[in-house]
Formats: sequence, structure tokens, C-alpha cells
Amino acid sequence: MHLALYLGLLHRAETNLADAFGQVGAAHQEEPDVFHLCAQQAKRCHGYAELLKPFVARYAEEAPAEPDRLHSELFGGTRGGGIGLLRDLQDLYLMAAECDICWTVVGQAAYGARDRDLLAVVRRCEGETAMQLKWLRSRMKQAAPQALVVAE
Amino acid sequence: MVDRIADPWGPRTPYGAGQEWPVRVDTFLDGDLRAEDVDQWVQSASILHSNGDALDIAVRDGRMVGVRGRAVDRVNRGRLDPKDLYGWQANHSPDRLTRPLVRDGDRLVETDWDTAMGRIVDRSKELLDGPGGWGHFGFYTTGQLFLEEYYTLGVIGKAGLGTPHMDGNTRLCTATSAAALKATFGADGQPGSYTDIDHCDTLALWGHNVAETQAVLWMRMLDRRRGPNPPAMLAVDPRSTAVTREADLHLPIRNGTNMALLNGLLREVIRNGWYDEEYVAAHTLGFDELSRTVDGYPPERVAEICDVPAADVRRAAELLGGSQRLLSTVLQGFYQSNQATAAACQVNNLHLLRGMIGRPGAGLYQMNGQPTAQNTRETGADGDLPGLRNWDNPDHIAELARLWNVDSEVIPHWAPPTHAMQIFRYAEQGSIKLLWISATNPAVSLPDLSRIRRILRRPELFVVVQDLFLTETAEFADVVLPGATWGEKTGTFTNVDRTVHLSEKAVESPGEARPDLDIFLEYARRMDFRDRDGRPLIRWTSPEEAFEAWKECSRGRPCDYTGLSYDRLRGGSGIQWPCTDARPEGTERLYVDGVFPTDPEVCETYGQDLATGAELLADEYRAKQPGGRAFLHADEYRPSPEVPDAEHPMLLTTGRTVYQFHTRTKTGRAPQLNAAAPDVWVELNPVDAERLGIGEGDLVGVSSARGAVQARARLSGIRPGVVFLPFHYGWFDQDPADRTPRAANELTITAWDPVSKQPLFKVAAVAVTRLAGGGGVPAPAPTVGGSAPAVAGIPATVGGPAAEATSQVGGE
Repeated sequence: MHLALYLGLLHRAETNLADAFGQVGAAHQEEPDVFHLCAQQAKRCHGYAELLKPFVARYAEEAPAEPDRLHSELFGGTRGGGIGLLRDLQDLYLMAAECDICWTVVGQAAYGARDRDLLAVVRRCEGETAMQLKWLRSRMKQAAPQALVVAE
Repeated sequence: MVDRIADPWGPRTPYGAGQEWPVRVDTFLDGDLRAEDVDQWVQSASILHSNGDALDIAVRDGRMVGVRGRAVDRVNRGRLDPKDLYGWQANHSPDRLTRPLVRDGDRLVETDWDTAMGRIVDRSKELLDGPGGWGHFGFYTTGQLFLEEYYTLGVIGKAGLGTPHMDGNTRLCTATSAAALKATFGADGQPGSYTDIDHCDTLALWGHNVAETQAVLWMRMLDRRRGPNPPAMLAVDPRSTAVTREADLHLPIRNGTNMALLNGLLREVIRNGWYDEEYVAAHTLGFDELSRTVDGYPPERVAEICDVPAADVRRAAELLGGSQRLLSTVLQGFYQSNQATAAACQVNNLHLLRGMIGRPGAGLYQMNGQPTAQNTRETGADGDLPGLRNWDNPDHIAELARLWNVDSEVIPHWAPPTHAMQIFRYAEQGSIKLLWISATNPAVSLPDLSRIRRILRRPELFVVVQDLFLTETAEFADVVLPGATWGEKTGTFTNVDRTVHLSEKAVESPGEARPDLDIFLEYARRMDFRDRDGRPLIRWTSPEEAFEAWKECSRGRPCDYTGLSYDRLRGGSGIQWPCTDARPEGTERLYVDGVFPTDPEVCETYGQDLATGAELLADEYRAKQPGGRAFLHADEYRPSPEVPDAEHPMLLTTGRTVYQFHTRTKTGRAPQLNAAAPDVWVELNPVDAERLGIGEGDLVGVSSARGAVQARARLSGIRPGVVFLPFHYGWFDQDPADRTPRAANELTITAWDPVSKQPLFKVAAVAVTRLAGGGGVPAPAPTVGGSAPAVAGIPATVGGPAAEATSQVGGE
């Protein structure tokens, strides 16, 4: 049973995403929508990580040792300015995409393990994670022409 | 004679359910003039609120001398708001701008039109040269120009310059109305009709102080309340107002908790089976998710979040659930709070759940704040595309490209049009270099004013201001263009319930002031905008020609104007759109058949996530197979981004009085109106006042994380823990040597609803302290409406002989 590994991966990815949302929001306070929505999403990601905790513990007993290169580092700090905002949102997008695919994988495993409780958590969180991706994409689409073509 | 300052709503004309609202003709004429002294009555409608009250302007010797309500009109049946009775006098104000001004160092100096327009056009051409030139332009317009002017401006922006950076101050007042209508029904357009008041058995006012924002609409409601079988009435508002005092049930909820209240009310409606299962099944999508979401809001939880008794939440639900003909109205208490669109959509949900839409008395008004806000939305002079088109639908863009004979690529449609707060952000960052502000005063009306002043002061930003007076904003301008206003130019505009009125030119404008349409046309001519065949992009030269061009743009869209013309609008009543050859008398109610414009080829939006504003894609939208059904949207309650803390323990809400409009550009120059509400005040509950040692009339400091203002205290019926500041008071009439800050927006937070992008003017955390005694002089606050005093002995607000008007029941 290797499910614990992916639960651990997802747990850490959500925790990292929460931190990154927090940092990007704080770094771009002059973009009020980014600031407020990042704070809101950071809270959500922390919530998901909390929801995962009991499952991480439950499956940990059966877990083998963690293989190498399980976790990836997608975030190396924030940047400033219009293009910096785009790049920071892009980092968040990639991190949210990692969470998104992890939810898919964990959801499949939950079917296999016939774990209804886990499936319920996945169902709730995967939809909201997909929405995070959509929000980040919408915000970047709006910002890109001005940042890349218009601004000096 | 009636003093309409002392009695803003005038005499009652009670009527019963299903009866016609009686005529009452209100007139105010200058000095001792009588009707027979008037040379000419010129048809128009009101421009100082969104109700669309039809009126005639009295002209004598080439001057405006008064106004009279039009008995023939469906909207007001002759009545007028006090702002209309007295506000026209501002046209004659001696400080009207009569010549263009240009910046010369730290001064603005008079010049001629050629020089002023030359400066704008030179700078424009310079900026437009090179890739991405479009992105250096920002337009911030208003809800107070005419349809023809907005449409022209929209074409200049979208097909001439090709910039998405155009919005109206409608973003501050009515963006949520449009967003909620689009989200639920697929397109903008008010489902209801004002005549629903004549038929309803229950009235629910959601964050809507209608007595002061649309006084004539309130007269209609009051007349029903005084007649046989009056409608029951529910009001949701943290303040005590003329509306809440009249209501059978008042829920003075904590600001920023609308969503929790509505979730709780919908839960009761669903749990008790007070919904129309057949209607829901046939005409809506999303019932299961809505039920699941609202089920988490039992009355006790709502009571805790909103701080009102659980029993009152139940009573409210019973009132709504038991009604047979429910009429709801929604305004700024919802639109300017957190979760604005989500909460406004919940009111739409209530009506869909109960099947209370599209029949007499079962109606819904997502209100507008400004007289011509609806046109800003329809014509695409704000964050919408002309004809309520969908920016993400390539076919809609192709229609516009064909209509204007330009390439589709010119029309910006890679993202939604840029909203006002983002336009100012781009200006702050320096990528927008020319900001053209028409008929609005952001230096007083936007949130966090010290930031706005910083932006307008940027030397790199070329600011054009087009207005009637040297407003607080005009002080920052590089070029000031003097506009002609209402009564001095011809055009049309549309009110909340889709009634289109014609407003004709009655008098000449002062000096060299020009109609806004002429200014925009002159800019287009000098910029030499061309279509694909090298012909001038804009070929109309008069308001009527512009109206005809707009009709083509509206053809086949929900706001179809093709059956209207200036001639048809002349003489009789205003007419409600859609008005076509097939429906020449207009359309009283939308969605009578329960079919909504949600078809993917028709809809104005593919939808957004209510929590984040994430744009949903065309494929996702099509997969829902809406097929003419409306969307029941659901969301959880979330607290405002700013809540009180130890340093700022109270909640600030802002708003208006019946006597003033916006930043008083006109009403502050009408003597009767200005005398009734001459200066800022702050409303406090007596319990808070006692705790803070504040008495009526004391000078109080109110501060937030952004700034501080001073105001005299009015002890009122506002809920404890909340203070209210009117947002009208800037500094144009303050002594330059003593400009003590008093604008409410010095305090407000820069934050907005994720969907409608409407700023949160109703939820800021503030600290309140006593600065000095009032010496027994009461606050300069009106004693009627929301600022009515909680303590006795305060002299009543009156207008005296100068405010004597007439109200003739039954007509002249």
C-alpha cells in the first residue's frame, strides 16, 4: 500500500501552496484583489491540509519508506512589478496544478481502497482546487497584455 | 403649497392592489413665477437619481425657471424627487466652466477649444504610436451622460483606439446589479416593472434606503401602504431609515453579513417547502447544490453571524415564504458589501425558487444608483460590450466588427474590459498614461482618497477632465473641458425598469461649454479614426443620428431599441425596452414565459466563480446545457476582508441623504438642497456615544488604517457598533486654507467584490474619538431619513418659503 506516499505528497503540496499564496499576497498588497484572494486561498489550502491529516496518519502505518525525489520545489520566493506579478501567479498556477493532479491520483486510490471518507474529502477539495487554477488563469490573462506589451 | 425639503415625499395618494397609481403633479417654479409665466415646457427626465422621473423643464426668456412632473409618464405619474425640484438651479451657478482650461505649471489657465483639443490629440497620437499603444489610454466615465454619448465613447475606445481600459463610475454604484443579473439570468436587464408595486402583496428591501435614493419610488410604495390591502414589508439595513421605520419587520444586521442572512432565509424557504417545485424543475439549474449550501445556515447560526434574533430570521422567512406576489429591491447595502454579487444572486434565487418573476407584482429590481447607469452598461462604456454582448464569444465580437466595419482584432476581447479600480492601478504603475475622466469626481468618490490623489498627481499621467465645474478632480487635470449638461443638450436615457426617456435641449449652455457628444465626436474627427474601407469610423454628427446607430447595435439583443425613435419618445410616456416592430409598445416584464437568455449563443457571460471571480470557459458553459433556464448560484458566507479589531473597533458604512447627489457637484449648488444638508456628519448609536462620551453635535474624529476625518456627531437609530458617514462631502466649497478632511472615502478600503469588482464602501474598520464639544449646536444633519435624531429637541430640517412647491393630486 503506497497511498500514504501520495497523501504525504499532497499534504505537503497543499501546505506549500498555502504558504506561497500567503507570500505572493503579501508581496503584492498594491494589487488588492490579489492580496485578498491570495489570503482567502491560503486559508483554503491550509484547510485542505488539515482535512488530509487523519488520512495521512491512518495510512502511514502501512507505508514503506519514502522514495527519493518524491517532492518538488516549485516556489523560490516572490518578485516585484507587473511582470513579477505574472511570474508569481504562474508559480502559484504550477503549484496548484500539482495539487490538482495529486487530488486526481489520491481520488483514484481512494476508489481502490474503498475509502468513502477519503473520497468525500477529495470530491470537495478537487473542485475548489480546479477553481483556484481557473482564477489564476483568469487573472493572468487579464494582466498579461498590459505587463508584456504595454508597460515599459 | 408644500415644503419639499421638510417633506421630501409630499402628500399621499393612497391606492389599492391592482389599481392605477393616482396622478400627482409636482411643480417648482423660480420665485413668484406661475405656470402662465412660462414661455415653453421642454420634455426631459430626472438626472439626479436612477428612477427616471419624467419632467418638463420650464423656460422663460431663454432661461430655465423650474420643473414640472409629467403626469402622462408611467414611471412617476407627475411626481418629482426634491433633488429634481431644486437641482436644476445648478445649471445657472456662476462658477460653471465656460472655457477650456490647460495646465501651465501649477495653474490651470483658460484657453480656446482648438488649443485644448490639440493638446489631447497630440498626446494621444504620440501614445498610440507603436505596439501596445492602446494600453496607454484609460477612460473613466459616468452614469450621468446620455446614451448617445456613451455609445460614441464606446466606439472610440473599442474600435478607434482598441483599448479595453474603459469603465464608468457605475462600477461604484451598479456593477453588482449587472453582474448578478448576468450571473443568474444570462444577461443584464431588469426582470420587473415599477408597476409591480401596484400589484405586490409583500415588499422586501435588501440594503435599499429607497426613501432617499429614489424618493418617487418610495412615494409609490408608501401610497400602497396607505391604501386598502397594503403589502407587508421587510427591510434589511443596519441603519434606522424612513424605510426601516415603515417596515413591518426590520433586520438591522451587522454590515457585511448579507450572505449569511440570505443563506439562512433560503434554507427556511426550502425546508418548509415554500418553493415552487414545478417552476424550479422547469426553469432553473443548480437546486441541489443550493439546497446543500444553504442547509448549513439554521436561524441560530444566522442570528449569531448577523447579530439579529433567530426568531426574526424565522419571521422574515415566513413573510417571504407566504407571499403570493413578492417584490424585491436590492441596492448598495448589498452591492457595496463583501460578497456583493453572491448576495445579490441570492435575492434572484429567492424569486426563482418561489416562481416570483415575470408576472404582475412578482418582481425584482436589482437597482441602479445613477440616472443613466443602465446606458453605460448597455452601450459598453463600462466593463461591458455594446448591446450586452459577451466579450468571450467570437460571434458577438464579429457582429460588432461587421457593424463598425473594422477588423475583429481591433476590438479588445482577450479578457473582460478593465474595471475602474484596475484602470487606476495601471495609472499608478505608469502603463496608463492618458486618463480621460468624464462627468465624475474620483478624487472624492473612489476608496482611499490619499492614494487616488497620489495617482492623479503623477506628472507622467496626462489627465483630461470633462465636467461642468472645477471639481476636486479637475484640480489635478492637464486639460479641463467644459461640458454642457442636462437641459442644454438632447439625448436619451434609461431607468431601472428599462424605461427610455428623451431629454430635449431647453436652453443654451453657458459660454463655450459643449455637449459631451460634440466633444467625443471632435476627438474622433481629430484622431481621424477610420474603418476598414478608409471611411470615417464614426459618421454620425447629431444625437438623433447616434441614437439610430445605437439602434442597429442593439438589434436582436436583449436590449433591443429598434422599435424606438425620438419621435416615438416625444410627447407621451417613456417606453420600456425591448421595443421592436413586433413589440412597438415596449415590454413591461421580462421572462414572463420563464425562458431566460442563457443560451450560449445569446448570453452575455459564460459565468464566473462567485468566490474568486474566475472566468468559466465557453465549453464548460455549454456543457451545463442551460437551454433557457436560469442559474441558482450558491456560496458560503465569508467575513469581509476588514473586520473590527482592538485598534479600529467599529464598523463604518457610507451612503447618502435625500438632499444630495454624489459629490454635490450639482446639488451643493442648489440653495434649498445644500441648506438642508450643508456639511458632513457622523451617525452614532446613543449607546456607543455614551460609552465614548460623545453628545449630539460634538466634533468627532473617525479614523481607519487609511486616513482620518472630522465630523459633528448625530445620535441616531443606527445599530450599535456601526457608524455612518455620508459620502457627499469633498472640499470644493471648503476654504483652501482650512481643508479639514471630511470625505468619507479618506477612510474606505481598497477592496472589491471578485465578480462585479464593485468597491466595498460599507465595511471598513474605524476608531471613533471625541475631539471637542458642540456647544449645544446639533450636527448639520437632516432630521428626516436615515439621519433622524434619536434624541428630542433638535430643530426639524425645513426649506421655508424658498422651497415652496406645489403638488396637485389628479393633475393640474
